[in-house]
Amino acid sequence: MEGQSRTKVVLLACGSFNPVTNMHLRMFELARDHLEDTGQYRVVKGIISPVGDGYKKKGLIEACHRLEMARLATENSDWIIVDSWESLQPEWVETNKVVRHHYDELAAEQNDDDVDTVKYSKKRRINKQVYCFEGSSHQKRRGCPQLMLLCGADVLESFGQPNLWKQEDINEIVSFYGLVCVTRSGSDPHKFIQQSDTLWKYRRNIHIVHEWVTNEISATHVRRALRRSQSVRYLLPDTVVDYIKVHHLYTAESEQKNADVVLAPLQRYTGASSS
Amino acid sequence: MATRRVPLVLLACGSFNPITNQHMRLFELARDHMNGTGQYQVVGGIVSPVSDSYGKQGLVLAKHRIAMAKLALQSSSWITVDEWESQQPDWTETVVTLRHYYGRILKEHERSTGMHNNSSGRAALLASPSPQLKLLCGADFLSTFKVPDLWRDDHVEELVRRFGLVCISRGRLQPEQAVHESDTLSHHRHNIFLVREWVRNEISATEVRRALRRGLSVKYLIPDSVIEYIHQHNLYTEDSERRNEGNVLRPLTKQAQEPV
Repeated sequence: MEGQSRTKVVLLACGSFNPVTNMHLRMFELARDHLEDTGQYRVVKGIISPVGDGYKKKGLIEACHRLEMARLATENSDWIIVDSWESLQPEWVETNKVVRHHYDELAAEQNDDDVDTVKYSKKRRINKQVYCFEGSSHQKRRGCPQLMLLCGADVLESFGQPNLWKQEDINEIVSFYGLVCVTRSGSDPHKFIQQSDTLWKYRRNIHIVHEWVTNEISATHVRRALRRSQSVRYLLPDTVVDYIKVHHLYTAESEQKNADVVLAPLQRYTGASSS
Repeated sequence: MATRRVPLVLLACGSFNPITNQHMRLFELARDHMNGTGQYQVVGGIVSPVSDSYGKQGLVLAKHRIAMAKLALQSSSWITVDEWESQQPDWTETVVTLRHYYGRILKEHERSTGMHNNSSGRAALLASPSPQLKLLCGADFLSTFKVPDLWRDDHVEELVRRFGLVCISRGRLQPEQAVHESDTLSHHRHNIFLVREWVRNEISATEVRRALRRGLSVKYLIPDSVIEYIHQHNLYTEDSERRNEGNVLRPLTKQAQEPV
């Protein structure tokens, strides 16, 4: 069967999910279709990892709500799940660390019946460090699915924003893991890759997915509509719409949260010497 | 004051082949907009799928399109699906459909105000203005008025004068342009409500059908229940898309010699 020669893939999407929308969910579906269409991959799982409150983004409501909404939104999905690890961390966690965490989890799952699980995992971690700096070498573990970061083109372009990302973190993500980037109208990801030496070097690990339906349901827009008591039905799953109503989320007040606070990555990277 | 608002029903005609989240968004956007004017209170929405005799390429049987629309709107508290148009022996002009539903709405209104009549009589009638029915559509609809032989001039006139349009902008289409370019539309522009959709959400049924033919996912573009129905009945294949291929659209052949 053709499927057996395909590489298993797990897609991980990090983000605010403030709130989760149909567009987020579409991203997973589009990515899966795209990767499977190449004939090389079989997407086995999708993970939504909402960011922790420590991210300090303006208008970011409590993680517990964002988690629950994401759960409601994926109730009817047979392959996308929500993971709370990142949101439970006390401080903001860099994306590459989140990816690493999930990679370790997947590797551990692989070795569930392995007696020396702990030792093996540690060994794996050490090996991974080597792989990290080897550059073009990819995560290739027998049976272990390949973990790729799933994002919109706007995230790819945010790599260029000063002090938002550490260069070595970007390197790790594109060299060791891989990126699946779903285009949003108004972005030109190919151009962006072209203009970055790092991204260009690992362009084979960056999969650009063109959405065939223009779907710009941004969470920002959704929050704005909610503030104005406008309907957001059919932009998000019904269960999420109802949850928001019941809990009175997304008001003018909630949008002011963190208004005078600096975004965690900016705070961490500005002024501090690179570690 | 709420009691002074004109009760308003929105009617959407179309293929609904299949119904998508975008169709349903139109209703939500229109309702917010019309309620927001302060003059109207939207009290209902009607989805009226076109009959099979419309002859559009790729149109699957009305019974399926109706079933899917009903599934999609199960969770809606105010939008319903009506089969009247699809059950007519021939394709029905939009204005005729509007007349039919308006007649029903008026009758219903008379019935319900009649109940209060015995006690307060005239006062009750004054408190509840006569309901209106407006056609809900996307901006692309306005440009169809220009297509030769697709519309009768007197119908366009009746549509905008007697009923009115609530028109949701789509993509880069400028509905204001279409209104400006037509004397009839311009003359009745106070009865044409243009609603800006700020989020570009262009889930066209054509694209959905294409994706289905190619085995691509349409999850989150149309409700799960509709996806299930489509798979159960094996709708939207290469064969179904060829249906009516080469046929002329019914409105273009229908000779409406005398006024309907």
